Amino acid sequence: MPTQLRHFDQELEQLKSKLLAMSALVESAVYRSITAVVQKDRKLAEEVLQNEARVNRLEIEVDDQAISLLALQQPMAGDLRLITSALKINNDLERMGDLAVNIAQRALALIEEPTIQPAIDIPHIGALVQNMVRKALDSFVAKDAELAQSVLSSDDAVDSLRTAFFHELISFMQREPSHIPQGLNLLSIVRNLERIADHATNIAEDVLYYVKGIDVRHHAEAIAGMAREPRA
Amino acid sequence: MTPQASSKFETAASPNPPEPKPHEGGLDPKIRSTHLDFFYGAYHALHDINLDVHSNKVTAFIGPSGCGKSTFLRTMNRMYETIKSTRVQGQILLDNENILEMEVSHLRRRVGMVFQRPNPFPKSIFDNVAYGPKINGMVSRSGMAERVEQSLRRAALWEEVKDKLHKSAFDLSGGQQQRLCIARALAVDPEVLLLDEPCSALDPIATAKIEELLFQVKHNCTVVIVTHNMQQAARVADYTGFFLLGKLVEFDSTEVIFKTPKVKATEDYITGRFG
Repeated sequence: MPTQLRHFDQELEQLKSKLLAMSALVESAVYRSITAVVQKDRKLAEEVLQNEARVNRLEIEVDDQAISLLALQQPMAGDLRLITSALKINNDLERMGDLAVNIAQRALALIEEPTIQPAIDIPHIGALVQNMVRKALDSFVAKDAELAQSVLSSDDAVDSLRTAFFHELISFMQREPSHIPQGLNLLSIVRNLERIADHATNIAEDVLYYVKGIDVRHHAEAIAGMAREPRA
Repeated sequence: MTPQASSKFETAASPNPPEPKPHEGGLDPKIRSTHLDFFYGAYHALHDINLDVHSNKVTAFIGPSGCGKSTFLRTMNRMYETIKSTRVQGQILLDNENILEMEVSHLRRRVGMVFQRPNPFPKSIFDNVAYGPKINGMVSRSGMAERVEQSLRRAALWEEVKDKLHKSAFDLSGGQQQRLCIARALAVDPEVLLLDEPCSALDPIATAKIEELLFQVKHNCTVVIVTHNMQQAARVADYTGFFLLGKLVEFDSTEVIFKTPKVKATEDYITGRFG
């Protein structure tokens, strides 16, 4: 093949770069929303709200381009896996953007309120989630299956931190009923962070499919193995 | 799982038998090629081909021109014998019988073939289909009309020709002529039907009709198709083999070949980055 990229490859590159632009926007929205909570920064929270429309626009563009490529190029093998994964990652990114907006709204609600004690856990959970998001997106860019795999193992850590946080928050609110409004905002923030982590996990799973052609969702390999194995 | 348990699971009585993997044993293949080499004079056209064609499945061979896919197809009914100074080494079996030692007209009755260009006989539609059963003495005169109808139905042509069976086959369109050739091949109840680029001279509608009828044909016949059209292999085949420079590079279920091929050369070919 000549060194010049084929038309189809150029279109695949375009699709990837749109998806990367969207990743950058969403990653920054997640970062800003968490920082807005931690540092009580109104400006950052408002930026997250303002950027949502751009994420939504890009979501439509990525979908549109991916569907056109499916219809017009009938891609196979690695190309097919790239395009179908791009469609799913696109969907996850858009949801992550929405969740970041939810967090930013809670950050705005908390700015005027005094900080309550359970909030000290937020930076830690936030950093863990941000790290997952970054790794999931980097694994897509670098086609790095090992990095994608490492995201999957982090998800359990976020889940157990969330559970511990909820227990602590509930006992705090029982002790200090006057702080229940702030407590509910923190609860919502942590729930949204945990969902962002779930979407990062989905993206990592899609990257594994794209790179290796394996389906790791819901222990899919094991399920498929059971289906293939004849019943006794 | 312990080895004992595993062998228990693999009994034929299982209600949900695993899909046979190419050349992994298990179910008896319809055709088995083992260490098959083929030569046109001094030219070594096929190298060590090992492959199982499974019963009642469609198996497709893809690959660039000159890769050996049609040559390999032609070993399955020894059609290469029409070309001088060809030579085969290795083994190719039809239901465990050596194809290379079978009586050739018997072999070709069991393994029928349809070519790239429709080649009906200069006879009526009816006589084209009746020809095989007649010379093989397979059907009585009274049963012939039924055999012809049944074959034309299997080739999805009956509705279009039932009122003009005694017209010349040359009155039909190209796509109809090709389905007539399929009906003619099916009329002798072959166990295997070989198709060598059967749609390359046809328009998309005629192509779709042929692809559709293969889904019916495979219920009582094993189908092997050579095609330049990868989408066609993806649509109709249960198994796909990729040939390159006379070698079988990869052979697996069609889903694996088109979704997650294991060999880079296969990936490059099917994604159009070949060469």
